[in-house]
Amino acid sequence: MAKEHIIVPEPIVNIIDLSLYYGKVQALKSIALDISKKKITSFIGPSGCGKSTLIRCLNRMNDLVESVTIEGCIKIDNQDIYSPTIDVTELRRRVGMVFQKPNPFPKTIYENVIYGPRLTGIRKKGILDDICEKALKKGALWDEVKDRLHTSALDLSGGQQQRICIARAIAMEPEVILLDEPCSALDPIATAKIEDMLCDLKKDYTVIIVTHNMQQAARISDYTGFFMLGKLVEFNITTEIFTNPREKQTEDYITGRFG
Amino acid sequence: MKKFLRSGNPYIWLTAGTLTACLLMISGLVVLIMINGFGIFWPHKIVQFTLQDGTVLLGEIAKREPIPHQKDAYRTKVKVGNRDVYGMDFRWIDDAEVVSQTYPVHALAFERREWGNLYGFLQGLRQGDGVKPLEKEAMASLLRESHALYKKIRNIEKKDIGNINYRMEKIRLELKHLTLLQLSEKTRKRAAALNARMAHLEKIYREKEDTLARFYEKAREKEVVVLLADGREKMVPVFQIIRTSMPNEMGAFAKVRFYVAKSWEFIWGEPREANTEGGVFPAIFGTVMMVLIMSIAVVPLGVLTAVYLKEYAGDSFISRLVRISVSNLAGVPSIVFGIFGLGFFIYFFGGGIDKLFFSESLPSPTYGTGGILWAALTLSLLTVPVVVVATEEGLSSVPKALREGSYALGATKIETLWKVVIPQATPGILTGTILAMARAAGEVAPLMITGVVKLAPSLPIDSHFPYIHLERKFMHLGFHIYDVGFQSPNVEAAIPMVYTTTLVLLFTVLTLNLTAIIVRNKLKKWYSTRAM
Repeated sequence: MAKEHIIVPEPIVNIIDLSLYYGKVQALKSIALDISKKKITSFIGPSGCGKSTLIRCLNRMNDLVESVTIEGCIKIDNQDIYSPTIDVTELRRRVGMVFQKPNPFPKTIYENVIYGPRLTGIRKKGILDDICEKALKKGALWDEVKDRLHTSALDLSGGQQQRICIARAIAMEPEVILLDEPCSALDPIATAKIEDMLCDLKKDYTVIIVTHNMQQAARISDYTGFFMLGKLVEFNITTEIFTNPREKQTEDYITGRFG
Repeated sequence: MKKFLRSGNPYIWLTAGTLTACLLMISGLVVLIMINGFGIFWPHKIVQFTLQDGTVLLGEIAKREPIPHQKDAYRTKVKVGNRDVYGMDFRWIDDAEVVSQTYPVHALAFERREWGNLYGFLQGLRQGDGVKPLEKEAMASLLRESHALYKKIRNIEKKDIGNINYRMEKIRLELKHLTLLQLSEKTRKRAAALNARMAHLEKIYREKEDTLARFYEKAREKEVVVLLADGREKMVPVFQIIRTSMPNEMGAFAKVRFYVAKSWEFIWGEPREANTEGGVFPAIFGTVMMVLIMSIAVVPLGVLTAVYLKEYAGDSFISRLVRISVSNLAGVPSIVFGIFGLGFFIYFFGGGIDKLFFSESLPSPTYGTGGILWAALTLSLLTVPVVVVATEEGLSSVPKALREGSYALGATKIETLWKVVIPQATPGILTGTILAMARAAGEVAPLMITGVVKLAPSLPIDSHFPYIHLERKFMHLGFHIYDVGFQSPNVEAAIPMVYTTTLVLLFTVLTLNLTAIIVRNKLKKWYSTRAM
């Protein structure tokens, strides 16, 4: 049975007793936690602890991996996202995702940002232009690229590319944005820009971020979950975790005694 | 020694040496073809040999070689031409036989519409029984006149009479169709109308034939008298002459002009004399068109197959079996594909089409015989493995991250495929297409039983509705080489043409590939900036 963790205000995502198997190997063991609306929640833990696997469950990206079986339940807005009636593409529009390595499409900046909205059937150029501008402004990239929207996104720097990917996710107006180690391939300056931007995004969106960088988690997140070997060891308000961890394992990890 | 072997140096030498050998062989091949192919149209000097037995010969030197087992003895192969007089184009002369060897300034080479070249001295224009001397300018204007006449005749034969024939054939078919139907007032009326039109056409036809006869009469009127090397006089109708040249008095500039004119004729002209002379344009046209139709057929076939195999089929025993079979298909001898094309496309498919849509012209087949469409489809089957394999590789090379990025934005599998994966794989797909085109352009064996002919009367594209005639037989450079080099009545004279045609084939394939490569690079750019 999962351990009792703190109760967060205004939960939007409820993860209830979630276990996940890759074939016969169990990767997640009875995870239970709630994610608070319009807050940043970070997942930390050593490599292979299951934190990436967990956030990929939230928009069902794990469906793409063969031989995955899932037990338990995830609810977003009180709706079971693994129920057979749910439309996966609809879910992914509500739960956007940004990956570890910037993966802009080999198209123009403009085309990258409006990729999602266009899939939903928006054809009018005026509306698409508005969406693009808004998303790029929220992604703190508008001023840098507004003059070259129709050049290839691959010509941008790594940090800019990652912000394109974030803007691309924002353009869908999701409720939740998942970020899987978004800064691990970036330099400190680019990282700082993205962190600033995430703090702004909190006003409108629920953000869940997986990170290896504990300082990053401490700097930007409101809640932090610490994972080890597929288990959620501790989940608490960020300042509590970093100043007053309840578990021995958590303390060892954040003080750098292992990991 | 051991240290030397371990240092790896010998292996570098071995590998580099092998590469060098390959490069040398390939460049040697190309250089050989180029030397033989480019040289053919350069005007050769006309030599007059006087032999010990008093024979006088006039001709071009074709080849010179030492006589085996004799020291410092050579023999020369002379192209004496005048096939209609001497019976053969070439003669071997031993150096020992030759008394004198001169280059007469006024020796003329006549290029004729029939019987190959004629070498001799121009005496003048025949007038009654006498001969009227002919100036160079007068000769040139005579030639111009006769060319204009030739053009007119061709126009009538090909365009006017061709058109009439085409329309008459249509009426004939419709009449035949009407007789197959039940007789009614309507069909009878229609038949009467058709018969009236037919009669009208026949009238025009006869008129055209009369004009044609008059033209031919006119063409035969003027003859020039040529003095041959052995002293005989020969009458040559001006109409038969394509061009005359005096290579012995030509300057460098004149030679270049001659060369360019001949090369131009070769590329844009039609073949003459059982393909051994004239041009190869119909063959170039047939080759290019066949390859293009083949590409249009093979790309969707190969790409869709590969997309299913790679994206949907998974990795079961059957899908692996299919994959291996597809790769093995590339190793099947091409003639087998030809037989398949004959049985499946021509007899089964074409025969079916004939029965359904062209029943009035049966038993003479329309689609139920070899044609450019069936040849192209046969070759597209032959080349489909290349496209499948290249496309599969192209699809594998698309990073997983890109697909995930698309899925994460709510795209379905097919949307992701269509908007992200296939555009990314396009360079790979086009590389496959380029390889397929190269393969198809060089293939001859399956074409021989699916629609290539020695001489096609008309191109597959012309001015008659529906303009593109995919059922027509066509000419092909590869087959042209085989035919000219090994099947023509005058193989010896045709050998230089073989090299030149090979050269043209090489250039055609090269041009096709370069075009495809340019298209690929353009597409790459276009895909990265276009709206999806």
